[in-house]
Amino acid sequence: MLGSAPPTGELRQLAKEIRLVSLRTIARGNSSHIGTVFSCVETLACLYGAILRVRPAEPDWPDRDRFVMSKGHGAAGLYATLALRGFFPRERLDEFCVDGGSLYGHVTHRGVPGVDVSTGALGHGLAVAVGLAAGALRLRAAWRVFALLSDGECDEGSTWEAALLAPAWKLSNLTAIVDYNKIQSLGRVEEVVPLEPLADKWRAFGWDTREVDGHDIAALLEALDPARSLPGQRARCIIAHTVKGKGVSFMEDDLLWHYRTPKGEEYQRALAELERGA
Amino acid sequence: MRTAFVRALMKAACENPRILLLTGDLGFAVLDEFRANCPRQFYNVGVAEQNLAGVAAGLALSGHIVFTYSIGNFPTLRCLEQVRNDICYHQADVKIVTVGGGLAYGSLGMSHFATEDLAILRALPELTVVAPGDPIEVEQLMPQIVARPGPVYLRLGRAGEQPVHDPATVVELGRPTRARAGSDVLLLTAGGMLPVALEAARQLEPDGISTAVVSVHTLKPLDGDAICALAARFRVVVTCEEHTALGGLGGAVAEVLLEAGVTPTFRRFALAPAFPAGVGSQEYLRTANRVDAPALRALVLSLSARSG
Repeated sequence: MLGSAPPTGELRQLAKEIRLVSLRTIARGNSSHIGTVFSCVETLACLYGAILRVRPAEPDWPDRDRFVMSKGHGAAGLYATLALRGFFPRERLDEFCVDGGSLYGHVTHRGVPGVDVSTGALGHGLAVAVGLAAGALRLRAAWRVFALLSDGECDEGSTWEAALLAPAWKLSNLTAIVDYNKIQSLGRVEEVVPLEPLADKWRAFGWDTREVDGHDIAALLEALDPARSLPGQRARCIIAHTVKGKGVSFMEDDLLWHYRTPKGEEYQRALAELERGA
Repeated sequence: MRTAFVRALMKAACENPRILLLTGDLGFAVLDEFRANCPRQFYNVGVAEQNLAGVAAGLALSGHIVFTYSIGNFPTLRCLEQVRNDICYHQADVKIVTVGGGLAYGSLGMSHFATEDLAILRALPELTVVAPGDPIEVEQLMPQIVARPGPVYLRLGRAGEQPVHDPATVVELGRPTRARAGSDVLLLTAGGMLPVALEAARQLEPDGISTAVVSVHTLKPLDGDAICALAARFRVVVTCEEHTALGGLGGAVAEVLLEAGVTPTFRRFALAPAFPAGVGSQEYLRTANRVDAPALRALVLSLSARSG
């Protein structure tokens, strides 16, 4: 299935570009959430660089795979990825979160090519993804559905309502990815409301669950590979263990960068570190 | 109304496999016939209304026309944010259907009274809000609701309401439907208050007051032009709804009348903005909370005396 996919080196390069472009986008938009963007960059690179069947020149292509960015506060990362994949011009990222702009700080489908589902309120995305996946099965359509969740939104009861239903409906065309960066809005997940044992919870709900290093391209590709055969038509959950702020030393594993805008010297240091990085 | 809804939906679903019915584990016996006739178009998502709304949005975005079904507040207030963000913002073809509008669930109590739904849902962008007054309205509105792209909220009463319109009446989504002609007083109704208003109009005959009754089944988009033109011909206009006096039909009509400079003597005949009082059947509660025909007659008499 992945025979024609780009080698991991190319995806690593795409991830690097997503980080650089997201950093510029967030800085220019005087915006926030860079830590949450950086933790899921490799997942976005694998999805948009190898896994998703999408056509940037034809964003409404009916047979496209559907991606639901349930963690809508990672918008800058998704928009950077879409721009890099050619869904819209790079210059449009200058319209992120500025007066008179055209891109909100949370994922929005209206007027944004390549986005199917608007998010921003946590705990909505997985239910919509379940509906999309069930719709595809009804239509006997070959497209698949991927949803990217934050760990914080695993606090939402609605996430677990959807988690309960997907296995019951045998949604083998659905993959949920949890970006488990261990930090939520006001603190460490283990201190706010512990999720552990998180993988066991998804398994107990009936999902084919696997844990991967969410910054390891090869591991992510293997886990995301739609050709990976699953027993019993099970929906898949991938727990991606990640580091919030990954890629910039002073942002890594620090709650502050859920909120802080990189500016001045901090911006320059971040830029330099990312450009030096792999 | 419930029976008329299920029959109309079944008819539409048999003709169009894209029509789906999702329930939040409610509809015992009511949905059996649909399930038997259209098994592949019926889903029970369990007792999970947030999921009901979100899954419905996803199914709609994949090309289906999705009806969700539950009691009053459950598929609306319980999951209001899903209705707003996932259904309305995506202009998803989801038709949210509730039973038990107003005090229809009687003795089951506060949790089952849908008495703020019209005000709250009327505020949501993109959402069409419909509260039919009798089974004839339901039967005629259903195919129009199916054909209308985008989200709709359909508020039904219960089972067993009698038809009150002339069977030849033509009911059009978005247009008020006249149920009775009159020249002195205009009663505008939402939902199940239509028969109550007609009864009050009959009771006002011996008082020498000629009362028109018009069902405003479509609260949003409200046909403001028709309502203003109609109201301008009456000295007294009263809106009637089994709903809080805040923000429902009364609010909607007041907004358009005042902005158009149409200023008849105007009152909202509705529930006080508080939790309804008393334990008992719908009929009992209507009387206890002064939203029955005698209370409406008394209100109209007092207004007519003042405006005369």
